[in-house]
Amino acid sequence: MPEITYRDAVIRGIAQEMTRDNDVVFLGEDVAKAGGVFKATVGLYEQFGPLRVRDTPISEQAILGAAMGAAMTGLKPIAEIMFSDFFAVCFDYIANEFPKSRYMSNGQTKCPLVVRTGNGAGSRFGAQHSQSVENWCMMIPGLKVVAPSSPVDVIGLLAAAVRDPDPVIFLEHKSLYPTKGEVPDGEIVDRLGTAKILRPGRDATILALALMVPRALEAAERLKAEHGIDCEVVDVRSLVPLDTQTILGSVAKTHRLFTVEENPRLCGWGAEIVSIVADEAFYDLDGPPVRITTPHIPLPAADILEDIVLPTPERIVDAVRRSLQG
Amino acid sequence: MATAQNRAQAVPGSGLNDDIGEDKRLAIYRSQLRIREAEQRAYDLFLQNLVKGTSHLSLGQEAVATGFAEAMQKGDLSFCTYRGHAHTLARGVSVEKVLGELMQRDNGLMRGKGGSMHLTSEAHGVMGSYAIIGAHLPIACGAAWRAQYKGDKDVSVCFFGDGTTNIGAFHEALNFAAVWKLPVVFVCENNLYMEYTPIGDVTAVPHPAADRAASYSLERIVIDGNDADVVYRTAQKAYAKARAGEGPSLIEALTYRHSGHSRADPAKYRPEGELEKWKERDPIKIYRERLKQFGVSDKVIAEIDADVRKEVDDATEACKAAPMPPLDILTTDVYADGGWAWRN
Repeated sequence: MPEITYRDAVIRGIAQEMTRDNDVVFLGEDVAKAGGVFKATVGLYEQFGPLRVRDTPISEQAILGAAMGAAMTGLKPIAEIMFSDFFAVCFDYIANEFPKSRYMSNGQTKCPLVVRTGNGAGSRFGAQHSQSVENWCMMIPGLKVVAPSSPVDVIGLLAAAVRDPDPVIFLEHKSLYPTKGEVPDGEIVDRLGTAKILRPGRDATILALALMVPRALEAAERLKAEHGIDCEVVDVRSLVPLDTQTILGSVAKTHRLFTVEENPRLCGWGAEIVSIVADEAFYDLDGPPVRITTPHIPLPAADILEDIVLPTPERIVDAVRRSLQG
Repeated sequence: MATAQNRAQAVPGSGLNDDIGEDKRLAIYRSQLRIREAEQRAYDLFLQNLVKGTSHLSLGQEAVATGFAEAMQKGDLSFCTYRGHAHTLARGVSVEKVLGELMQRDNGLMRGKGGSMHLTSEAHGVMGSYAIIGAHLPIACGAAWRAQYKGDKDVSVCFFGDGTTNIGAFHEALNFAAVWKLPVVFVCENNLYMEYTPIGDVTAVPHPAADRAASYSLERIVIDGNDADVVYRTAQKAYAKARAGEGPSLIEALTYRHSGHSRADPAKYRPEGELEKWKERDPIKIYRERLKQFGVSDKVIAEIDADVRKEVDDATEACKAAPMPPLDILTTDVYADGGWAWRN
């Protein structure tokens, strides 16, 4: 299979859906003529024209509000918020408007839209352009939250998000844009709410999301090679809907749980999963679940500081080894 | 129309068959009165503890909602605020559905799941009442964008108060709509107060909406919001412009709310005599006089009055008799599959 970058997968995913359905439209800052600040939308303007691929002013509220109004009345908009940190600027739409309109209207209104955004750290941008905001979104009833880790998942999950009748927050990891992966030819459509076991194992389950997935995989290889510990690595992929079946199944098999989050420790998604496992599979556990997170600090800019904040393969290896071998 | 012609002959030069005409004028009168009676009833029901939560009445502002709604065509979309009973009724949603929602009964517009601040009726083009100031201006832009993109001819009409003009979403939406030339009409109901504070105390310009229009290359439009004919004609012009692909309008309608901001507000901050002065220009009083001036008989007016009162009385009784919502709707419609499951 040919290899493409995560960045090119975003372009291919959007193009696939815009080709399939004329009601799919795309808007955001610098997304059309400039091709996006991460170059993740290059060529779409040329391919689909100025009516369907639209540059907006720096007006995050207008972008998400317009996406919602269009979605409520028949289009399937994809809206880009350049950096996920800017969700804070337009959070009314994410927290109050998209997710509540169906419920408040007793099922009359719909909001089938996708908000794509560059999420996560690793680019030395400092605390206002590097956050991982999945936890901001996960807690809101009515939203769906997806974060792919590979090019093939980008295309498949983006297609699933565009076709989904609910508002979906689609978190692309900035540090994954240049990474490559194999992608088959032809249309790719995945399913939301499905975790993927990327590496089967019997001694421990490591749950990871986005940039933490390749790090968890690397840690698993080293744990096997250096310590004889055979880890199962599960890419969570979708926080809402959450595939608890796959997660609980893996814990039932390995009896040990580790979560790897690129997030401040407080109220992270890993805590929710640990809570679910404690409630529903406590007797499957042979030891306490362990959360590997960033500390509860804003992200620093300097490379030497940012690098030690994010969970690394070394930290994952260390946490698993100490927990299993004492 | 034969009747109208006869009356026009009886009162030469009355203008009864002018651009608005008798049928439309009677409809405008009926709609304003329906809003007035329904809102006064909502207040009475609140005093009886039958309307729960909060409610934001538009007593005194009926001409704006009515004039804009009566000029709309079927398929046009309206977006309003938590002060949205009037706009919802003006588009033809029944008094019973609105009062039922205010009373949080199962016969309400959203079966009690929305409450007074979130009235929505897609079937009537009432695309929601938004309780976060300014949120719906960009949303109206999006609906207008869909019309532009699909070649649909509907207009999105977005109502908001004077207080909205100082929030970022107002400015983002105006610029966005102007740049994209969207078929959207923004209507500022300037009732002089931003909740409890006079708008002039917190705004750098005397006309909070109209004085900002030039910033978005829009015409400065200030109208008498208590005269439904003026409102109706202004609306027609703005909708025609939008339908012709000539872009958005921003209209500031001067009006006054007779009651406080919400049910908890006795409006003691108003200067003495201000309310009385505005009540002389009560839109319903103005319109009743207009109808008479155009030769509509007292009998016809009295029939409409009686009709509307009966409609509101019947609706009230139906709501009082309606059950509370069943508990099984608690978890429905969080997601599009009808349920609330966020995990498998």
